[in-house]
Amino acid sequence: MNLSAITTWVNDRAGLEPLRALAHKKTVPLHRHSVWYYFGGMTLFLFAIQVGTGILLLLYYRPSAENAFESVQFIMTEVRFGWLVRSIHSWSANLMIATMFVHMFSAYLMKAYRPPRELTWVSGTLLLFIVLGFGFSGYLLPWNKLAFFATKVGTDIAGVVPGIGTFLLRFLRGGDEVTGATLTRFYGFHVAVLPALVTAILFVHLYFVQQRGMSVPPSLAGKPLQTMKFVPNFFLRDLMGWLLALGALAALAALFPWELGEKADAFASAPAGIKPEWFFVFMFQTLKYLPAKIGAVDGEVLGILAFGGGGLFWLLVPFLDRQSAQGKSSRWFTLIGILILLYIVGMTIVGYAE
Amino acid sequence: MAKEDTSEFQANQKIHRTVKLVVTLALLLLFFVVGSKAQKDAARAGGETSSASPTANPSSGKNSCLECHQAMGDQLAAPIAAMAEDIHGKRGLSCANCHGGDPTADDPTQAMNPGKGFVARPKPAEVARFCGKCHSNAETMKRFNPAQRIDQESEYSSSVHGKRIKQGDTKPATCISCHGHHGIRAVSDPQAPVYPLNVAQTCGGCHANTDYMRAYGIPTDQLQKYSQSVHANALLKKRDLSAPTCNDCHGNHGATPPGVGSVSNVCGTCHARQAELFEKSPHQAPFAAAAMAGCVVCHNNHQILLPSDEMLGSGATAVCSTCHTEDAGAQGAQKMRGLIEELNHHIHQTEGLLTQASIAGMEVSRPIFELKEARDKLINARVIVHNFSPNAIETAINQGLEITGKAHQAGQEALNEMQFRRKGLATSLLVILLAIAAIYLKIRQLERH
Repeated sequence: MNLSAITTWVNDRAGLEPLRALAHKKTVPLHRHSVWYYFGGMTLFLFAIQVGTGILLLLYYRPSAENAFESVQFIMTEVRFGWLVRSIHSWSANLMIATMFVHMFSAYLMKAYRPPRELTWVSGTLLLFIVLGFGFSGYLLPWNKLAFFATKVGTDIAGVVPGIGTFLLRFLRGGDEVTGATLTRFYGFHVAVLPALVTAILFVHLYFVQQRGMSVPPSLAGKPLQTMKFVPNFFLRDLMGWLLALGALAALAALFPWELGEKADAFASAPAGIKPEWFFVFMFQTLKYLPAKIGAVDGEVLGILAFGGGGLFWLLVPFLDRQSAQGKSSRWFTLIGILILLYIVGMTIVGYAE
Repeated sequence: MAKEDTSEFQANQKIHRTVKLVVTLALLLLFFVVGSKAQKDAARAGGETSSASPTANPSSGKNSCLECHQAMGDQLAAPIAAMAEDIHGKRGLSCANCHGGDPTADDPTQAMNPGKGFVARPKPAEVARFCGKCHSNAETMKRFNPAQRIDQESEYSSSVHGKRIKQGDTKPATCISCHGHHGIRAVSDPQAPVYPLNVAQTCGGCHANTDYMRAYGIPTDQLQKYSQSVHANALLKKRDLSAPTCNDCHGNHGATPPGVGSVSNVCGTCHARQAELFEKSPHQAPFAAAAMAGCVVCHNNHQILLPSDEMLGSGATAVCSTCHTEDAGAQGAQKMRGLIEELNHHIHQTEGLLTQASIAGMEVSRPIFELKEARDKLINARVIVHNFSPNAIETAINQGLEITGKAHQAGQEALNEMQFRRKGLATSLLVILLAIAAIYLKIRQLERH
């Protein structure tokens, strides 16, 4: 039985013809900003790697304060290629967040959120929040000293949220302190709750992308543009990018295996200069710089409220940027986007330079 | 009738007056007796209060010592300022509590009346008793500090200082030589001359003074030697207050050079295991017979340096070679040195290997942790040296070598694994590049058409 016969056999039963027709019909506009289109696919590829390596890690990982560190140590030293799987999982997570940020800011600056793609943007922003949740929960799972204290600091910050802070802190920690109960909880979020959410929202996000196609920047909208067939031309280029990413991951994992550190000890003193993961550093640094009191309000509370407001603004951008919605130039929103980007990059650099 | 009545009335009046007089006199007598007793009780009570209270005359608060000495100024007023920081002053004691006399009297001859217990400046031989009035008195001391020892005076009398003072020598140290006077601070006060960090300098004040010590014919280099010792390094540089200073070995109030027989007991106060091993060692009996003072024979007394493996064996730096030259003892010493150096070498070699693997990003925290046990075995072997049994050391060293061997193997495997990973990376990158090239060619082929 040759490949064509198998395809026909599957197609007769699954009815994949409409999907094939869609893939063949789908085109990608070609212009000077087309390069940014690759970052969405790259993020998706890295996410697929996360799922694959994550499932492999589950075979050996034991989610308890007594066993977590030792099980990761076992994966790193005893399990055949365990070091590779764990290092790729950690490196890929970080690269995925980086490509996701690039994808998001390129979409923002090209005003890809304009009608009729508002829900693509909203679902993408929700994916950002979930991915940050993946990062926060996954960081604790090796149960090492740095992760333990970073989680302590991170959940402390959650505890300051007005009104629901105490509930949020106890909900995240599974008690008043970061303990084995926190680890079990974070494990549950990381391998069940967040994957379920991300699967649903990712499906919605991709559905909207397929429905409405690729957006072009407002300056090029309405102009005759060359296009490229998604299958196979753009997909093959995507594949090249993915292979490059795979090579980079392999090199990073082999040359810079992800460190395990020391086992968490609640009674040990916190390591000096403790920092959260790099994608949270800009927020952490901001909270550090805020004075204890701003007027009658705690500086930290105000900072958290500001970041909450910022997140809400980001989610609702398509509905706030009325100029873009009407196909007009929207310099204010471009400026805001650039300032936010500069702020994030600047504060992250400051955080690491300290 | 009327005359009879009148005379009867007068007689009654006389009886009344007599009874009244008697009752009044009786009452007066009663008041006198009770008053007199009360006065005595009050006086006794006042006396007790006086000895326990800060002022010499609590009822009036008068202290003529302060008034006069303040007025006289200069050197005579100096003790008043010094007493502000004095532990006795801070606890409310005043001049008369130590010097006696009558601080309520304005007349100097009364205030400083020897008949009232006044002692201006006790002679050296009197100082211990002068302080011991209170410090040897459990009842007095427990009012200030229930945990305070009260045997300083009797300990002092057993010290070389105390014995010489008793013989009429006025130069040896008394209480005030070390603790000071008018400005005495608690031992726990870092400014006190008897605070652990200051003790060596305080003792050295006399013992390092060649002129002062000339008459006694004893060395005056103890302070200089001690300051080079491992103990001084720990105490004075690392600020480890548990490290010994003069009084920890010599005693403080009962300061005496430890006798030959008690040296290992003195050192064994802290180095218990070494002392125990030495007591059971083949050296103990000959050392005792030759009046050789245990530990100090090899380690010195004041200039105790950080022990090193070079002290063992038969080389120029080996202390063993002082007694052993080409005998079985020298061979045993050489064997012990060889064993210890072998484990030490293996540990260093393995540490280097594991560090190299760790820097390369390999996960070797477990063998690094296990190597700590090998270091413990090495330390144990160095302690066992005090039993001078090469076989016992060999057993400990072999345990360490076994652990080191496993850690070394783990390190070597980690480095081999690293090489394997790099080769694997090169191969996979080659495959990936070929796949990219193939896709690129495919794209070109597609787009050419």
